[in-house]
Amino acid sequence: MSLASENAALASPLRAEIAYAEPSMAGASDYVALLKPRVMSLVVFTALAGLVVAPGHFHPVLAFFSLVCIAVGAGAAGALNMWYDADIDAVMSRTADRPIPRGRIAPGEAAGFGMTLAGFSIAIMALLVSWLAAALLAFTIFFYVVVYTLWLKRRTPQNIVIGGAAGAFPPMIGWAAATGGITLEPCLLFLIIFFWTPPHFWALSLLRVDDYARARVPMLPVVAGLKETRRQILLYSAVLVPVGVAPWLLGYAGAVYGATALVAGLAMVAFAWRVRVAQSGARAERAAKRLFAFSILYLFILFAVLLIDSGLGGLLGGLFGRAAA
Amino acid sequence: MDDKPDRIVLTEAQKRSRRSRSIAIALVLGALVILFYIVTLVKGPGMLNRPL
Repeated sequence: MSLASENAALASPLRAEIAYAEPSMAGASDYVALLKPRVMSLVVFTALAGLVVAPGHFHPVLAFFSLVCIAVGAGAAGALNMWYDADIDAVMSRTADRPIPRGRIAPGEAAGFGMTLAGFSIAIMALLVSWLAAALLAFTIFFYVVVYTLWLKRRTPQNIVIGGAAGAFPPMIGWAAATGGITLEPCLLFLIIFFWTPPHFWALSLLRVDDYARARVPMLPVVAGLKETRRQILLYSAVLVPVGVAPWLLGYAGAVYGATALVAGLAMVAFAWRVRVAQSGARAERAAKRLFAFSILYLFILFAVLLIDSGLGGLLGGLFGRAAA
Repeated sequence: MDDKPDRIVLTEAQKRSRRSRSIAIALVLGALVILFYIVTLVKGPGMLNRPL
């Protein structure tokens, strides 16, 4: 076979593929959607808490750069998750509108986009901020994509319990970026998000049982039933109360944070209790919706008070003090 | 025989999508240039001095 004919044989399927390939209709907003911007905003907020609460001075520009890297890394993990889970997303009403199931972005494009962003965010974090923060960011992306998405999500009802660790790492990354190390305090912030994740996600899954069952995702309500899910929601919410208060108990945060964490934690238990007792019908649905909404508010309040209580005051003082000097 | 190569002719909607992607890429690249410049100023000569 001559080289020319070999090339022709190789080229024909490729030409056919090119001829049938539709030019992309994806706009910038589709790529933004791949980054899961709502999840990203929570990641950035909790990472900011880790950055600001960390002791010592960290230059605001480097802090901003660190947050950008964390945000992009989280977005990359989201894009890779959407690439692998496109089949699940297509059959679930909550996710059917995402760019890949809608046909706006090809799966391979999403994978390439996610890998590129992951590589850049980790490399920039390593080169400009800190090796440890970059390593933690890389591990977080790996954990979310490989451990949660590829391994656990389709295999066990404990998927979001173990996989939830990925969402709990950002305050540790923020702390590591600011200090170059890790102590007990960022680990407590990790634990707060870790124990917060199951009641948060299971409240949502109670509202989407049919969706998860249709997609064959073994979420707890699908596998163990609604009653067991409600019991575990209550248990995790109860554990969350002392974990939420722990930064104050161990002297890392002030009394304002302690009181807020206690009240918010008890409110979380109260919402979880309502989910537990409202067994069926519109009342049960309303209770799950309220718990889901309050869980987001809970995390926001805790980290906002932590920021104000133990970090933001010092940071602003430092900035204004420096400006005055 | 038509010896013109096969070409894809973009529709107006596809052109708009491509333009939106191109602008987004340009903005991201511009932002990166500015960020790297600022970080270089902030870190100064110790830019790549990061102890393991």
